[in-house]
Amino acid sequence: MELTALTIHDLQGLLQRREVTAGQVLRAFLKRIAQEEGKVQAYMAVTGREALTRAARLDRRLDKGEQVSPLAGVPLAIKDVICTQGVPTTCSSKILEGFIPPYDATVMRRLDQAGMVLLGKTNMDEFAMGSSTENSGYKITRNPWDVSRVPGGSSGGSGAAVAADLCAGALGSDTGGSIRQPAAFCGIVGLKPTYGRVSRYGLIAFASSLDQIGPMTKDVRDAAILLRVFAGHDPCDSTSVDMPVPDYTAQLGREITGLRIGIPDEYFIEGMDAEVETAVRGAISVLESLGAKAERISLPHTEYAVATYYLVATAEASSNLARYDGVKYGVRTGKARNLLEMYMKSRQNGFGAEVKRRIMLGTYGLSAGYYDAYYLKALKVRTLIRKDFEEAFKRCDVIVTPTAPTAAFGLGEKTDDPLTMYLSDIFTISANLAGIPGISLPCGFTQAGLPIGLQLLGKPFDEATLLQVGFAYEQATEWHRRKPPL
Amino acid sequence: MKITRQEVEHVARLARLGLSGEEREKMQAQLNAILTYIDKLNQLNTSEIEPTSHVIPMTNVFREDAVSSCLSQEEALANAPDRQEVFFRVPRILEE
Repeated sequence: MELTALTIHDLQGLLQRREVTAGQVLRAFLKRIAQEEGKVQAYMAVTGREALTRAARLDRRLDKGEQVSPLAGVPLAIKDVICTQGVPTTCSSKILEGFIPPYDATVMRRLDQAGMVLLGKTNMDEFAMGSSTENSGYKITRNPWDVSRVPGGSSGGSGAAVAADLCAGALGSDTGGSIRQPAAFCGIVGLKPTYGRVSRYGLIAFASSLDQIGPMTKDVRDAAILLRVFAGHDPCDSTSVDMPVPDYTAQLGREITGLRIGIPDEYFIEGMDAEVETAVRGAISVLESLGAKAERISLPHTEYAVATYYLVATAEASSNLARYDGVKYGVRTGKARNLLEMYMKSRQNGFGAEVKRRIMLGTYGLSAGYYDAYYLKALKVRTLIRKDFEEAFKRCDVIVTPTAPTAAFGLGEKTDDPLTMYLSDIFTISANLAGIPGISLPCGFTQAGLPIGLQLLGKPFDEATLLQVGFAYEQATEWHRRKPPL
Repeated sequence: MKITRQEVEHVARLARLGLSGEEREKMQAQLNAILTYIDKLNQLNTSEIEPTSHVIPMTNVFREDAVSSCLSQEEALANAPDRQEVFFRVPRILEE
């Protein structure tokens, strides 16, 4: 098999036994990128030269028999929302064109220490706002399974890069489904950790009470390996929780006999896509055949999640994005007679339409006279959504749902109607509002050959069980082995 | 209409966001559609419900008040669109 088609754990074995060098692995990926990236457009930038230097350095250390770090020589792609010291980081926004972070995000520092090779930065919806990556200020990323369709979003570049074997694994960020939905659309594994599990230091903020960084990988074991490397408390992020990080690979392979899985009625509604429903029901049967006990449950406030999210997330975004003022970094536009005009012009020219819409909605919901009716109301409904999950998890260990209501939709299909685009996140948003972890993994294909995603939701800080169940399902099925026909 | 043209202009000014006439018009229509959808939250009685601004039960997190390393002046200024000596330079704030 091609080196580029291998999982991280396969590459680890080859590299550590010195059957391949880090340089060979990297060159295989750079060659594949040269051949296929033009069709997919997953990357904002490929950092080939720096990567070659780093791989050579790692090879010298490995040749000397130095202690091998877990990711030594593994090439990863990083969503362009995560700060990389000395490497441009734009959030796919024109307002950050040319921005070079003077520091590394904590996740980057931890991956570096573990020996990873940074392959490049991936395209995304501007400031992670979107569900198709079409809101990028720079380029349109295509779904490797069908290049006339979107890869999902906002981590669409990372999703497409993993699916097309343009990297060994990737990092995404998830505020309302931005890891899980592109993972589903691209036929890969994507994990959103519990809020507080992973440091957000150096993650350019969208909605600070919802954002989490997580792995996007070719299989469940790879997700477990990556999460283990970068999870855990960080003094630089006061919302990261000081709890031990388990060895997530240790629980893989354990049986799931007796595990209680909850199937929420509200996620299987009339009019839902028949192929998605069939695939997810089929996955539930597989889990039952492995010994899990399925039970119908209710999450009664599900239908309010999208409305709640678009008030909470936009309110936080309007505040977070106030920093782009054309003074300390980013782009300043044109001549201005005074400071106010400079702010207004820089932001008008620097932000795209969706970002402007969300800044406006968020500012409106927080403004005098509307705060109680909108923002405060949403925070109260958020409590109801959180309590739905607390009740549900008294009766089950894991909740099983579709990741998205449909498989990947066509490029341009939803760009004219923001509300329709928002509703494509209907199954992923609640987990962010409740702060719980969720994973998406492939569970079938449509007639047209598009991947379908299965979502597992877990109790706070119980990523280990999600990975265990996901791994058990993966071992019993073959979906994750399919490759897109590029 | 849930949001008027004047409110769109007011909110844009609060957000320090310049909008063209065309953008304002489109924004008003789209915000109206979204706000109409959001109205469904009013189906719920939340008078007795506490708000959740944050899912983790933590309040203030403190650290020792100790000096540690930070960015150098040069690093902090490196991305500035305009600078003069060791300062960020901005257009005139006070009118002449």
